[in-house]
Amino acid sequence: MPKHDTPLLDELEKGPWPSFVSDLKRQAETKPECFDILGQVELSYKDRITHWKHGGIVGVFGYGGGIVGRYSDVPKQFPGVAHFHTVRIAQPSGMYYSTEKLRAICDLWQKYGSGMTNMHGSTGDMVLLGTTTPNLEPLFYELTHDLNQDLGGSGSNLRTPACCLGKSRCEWACYDTQALCHFLTNHYQDEIHRPAFPYKFKFKFSGCPNDCVAAIARSDFAVIGTWRDDIRIDQAAVKGYIKGEYPSNGGAHAGRDWGKFDIQKEVIDLCPTGCMWMEGDTLKIDNKECTRCMHCINVMPRALRPGLEQGATICIGAKAPILDGAQFATMTFPFVNIDAESEYEEVVEKIEKIWDWWMEVGKNRERVGETMQRVGLPTFLKVMEVEPIPQHVREPRSNPYIFWEESEVEGGWERDIREFRARHAQ
Amino acid sequence: MGYDPQNPMVDRITDIGPPHYEQFLPPVIKKNFGKWLYHEIAQPGVLMHKAESGDECWTVRVGAARLISIEHIREICEIADKHCNGCVRWTTRNNVEFMVDSKAKVQPLLDDLKSRGNKFPVGATGASVSNIVHTQGWVHCHTPATDASGVVKAVMDELFDYFTSMTLPAQVRVALACCLNMCGAVHASDIAILGIHRKPPMIDHDAISGLCELPLAIAACPLGAVKPAKETNSKGEEVKSVKVTAERCMFCGNCYTMCPAMPLADPEGDGIAILVGGKVSNSRSMPKFSKLVIPFLPNNTPRWPETVAAVKNILETYAKHARKYERLGEWAERIGWEKFFELTGIPFTIKSVDDYRLAYDTWRTSTQFKFTSHIK
Repeated sequence: MPKHDTPLLDELEKGPWPSFVSDLKRQAETKPECFDILGQVELSYKDRITHWKHGGIVGVFGYGGGIVGRYSDVPKQFPGVAHFHTVRIAQPSGMYYSTEKLRAICDLWQKYGSGMTNMHGSTGDMVLLGTTTPNLEPLFYELTHDLNQDLGGSGSNLRTPACCLGKSRCEWACYDTQALCHFLTNHYQDEIHRPAFPYKFKFKFSGCPNDCVAAIARSDFAVIGTWRDDIRIDQAAVKGYIKGEYPSNGGAHAGRDWGKFDIQKEVIDLCPTGCMWMEGDTLKIDNKECTRCMHCINVMPRALRPGLEQGATICIGAKAPILDGAQFATMTFPFVNIDAESEYEEVVEKIEKIWDWWMEVGKNRERVGETMQRVGLPTFLKVMEVEPIPQHVREPRSNPYIFWEESEVEGGWERDIREFRARHAQ
Repeated sequence: MGYDPQNPMVDRITDIGPPHYEQFLPPVIKKNFGKWLYHEIAQPGVLMHKAESGDECWTVRVGAARLISIEHIREICEIADKHCNGCVRWTTRNNVEFMVDSKAKVQPLLDDLKSRGNKFPVGATGASVSNIVHTQGWVHCHTPATDASGVVKAVMDELFDYFTSMTLPAQVRVALACCLNMCGAVHASDIAILGIHRKPPMIDHDAISGLCELPLAIAACPLGAVKPAKETNSKGEEVKSVKVTAERCMFCGNCYTMCPAMPLADPEGDGIAILVGGKVSNSRSMPKFSKLVIPFLPNNTPRWPETVAAVKNILETYAKHARKYERLGEWAERIGWEKFFELTGIPFTIKSVDDYRLAYDTWRTSTQFKFTSHIK
């Protein structure tokens, strides 16, 4: 593959941010098909339109997901990218790697692919970018036999679950996100690799309401750590913050002079429920009123910690706009025990109840959040056998259009019009 | 015994899932798993996590393109071998984290990173602009309305000082999606850069019968703009096809996703919309969607100057006016969106008035508003 002139892309080698163009050129030294990636992208920069054909169904035997087919619409000009399929590899929970493992993946990709990757794709997989159909089976063989790795999900299946780094390096994780993510990824390998759903389904696991993995915005089944007892307070550390001995928010604002730390202004007045106050130099929290937003804990990590009775809130049905519009996940289960001993029985039971229902009533390409909107939250709660509580809504309905069932109304709905007319003239 | 193409199903291993994460944890992480007390940011890009045991984990966070080569990964491995016991991790925003177990090991690591040119910018902690989460764009996607990597590079070049410092009122999450599929949390970001189409799909009557299941293409349209129709192909034959009611089309590209014979991408039609004020965290206020403030900016390659300028203007106006801890959307809601448009100087257009489903929720049903320059 020859080198192409890329005057437009060359402009993106300037500036302080790492340049993907320089990186592609570096890789092209050993993987010349990267010259053709650069050439085709340069053509897109000139034409201001993509040069990839629509889709293409390729995969490995026995899997319906994990490989995304891609073909160039200018293959004669750029034969190196004529076939340029993507391989999704399930990432280890928390995205920790050993260099040994990474190098093995690099060597495999050197052998069978273009040498370009995404670390990581938006869902969380390691994405190997660009290979040909004949390479797929040998690549998969070596991936599973030699690297002990497997493909992730694509298409109308369970997508590769993802989590924040959880208890590994975060003081706020209310459950072990990595353990739950790893368990469910293995538990549902069949659902990940063999599409059987109306559309994609995503799990994401965040350890606390800061939600670093964007579960509430991006996953059909969002498990977000929380607690139900009191925020732990170290009053000595509170005083330390007030005196300016510790930086607020862990030093997140160090680059600008925001003035002296003011606990009233920066913590107490910003509490969404107004459940905190000072008594002398002692911080008081009325925990019954707390909605666990994390702000005070974020600002004073040395003084405040989540409570000890920990679990997770489960919210259902987030998605990006396609098809009916973007949705956040709806709070469905306020507090669930995340219990490894029982193999996460409470979580598994809820997942499977959703799937059983959604696989039956969901329309083609309808995410579960859209199915929920279509049938309404009352119906969904009934399906999930969840007692409706005020926490399920931001506010009660403001219209009077109530569905009553006959069984709920005294005397039922069967009435005799003639009997009615005997007492009420027409 | 390797792969045998004659017997592909022999000795097959499937459904093994990812390797267990525990084997990849650095020793200090493994030892103190679940026993962390607090963290502090020692300087931009450098975190210190303190454990109950007194141990410390020092993390150096560096930016990276999401699109990276195996050569670059090998260089990351080289650094991790040299300084971090051969352990490294990625964040959910495509940053790379190098972890060491004492403060003394931080400076040599920083010096090493600095010696490698601009490949490993240190930052993305606290009140900064972290790495831009983005999609494939023209590098690998079949439905994009803009590129991803190039726009991100151009924007991050301009916002670079905000990545390496902590001068903002709060963290600012920037995200880019190259079409409305939004393969990234673009719908809930402080500043969202979104590729959009503006021309309805063309219909390839020569190809549609062989390529598409017409009912799926018809059902794909959220607004019922795609209807079955008998059309004539280039050979003069009558074929079963579809027609598009252009005035009902909102250019979402769903029909093209289902039917390759309905392309809608176009050099002039496509471009970028800017949405702002979204957030994911539950901190202080509930999660918010990003709101559309600029309906269209052209795809001016290779550096998208209009998009870069728009993002920078929004960021710096917010930085100047917002209060400490206030996310962009919280600031805009406090001062009112009319004030947001006035302060940023962004012209308010009718495209920012919602006319899709649930639009009524966004209409103002109150006499409370501010008199800004918009009221003549």
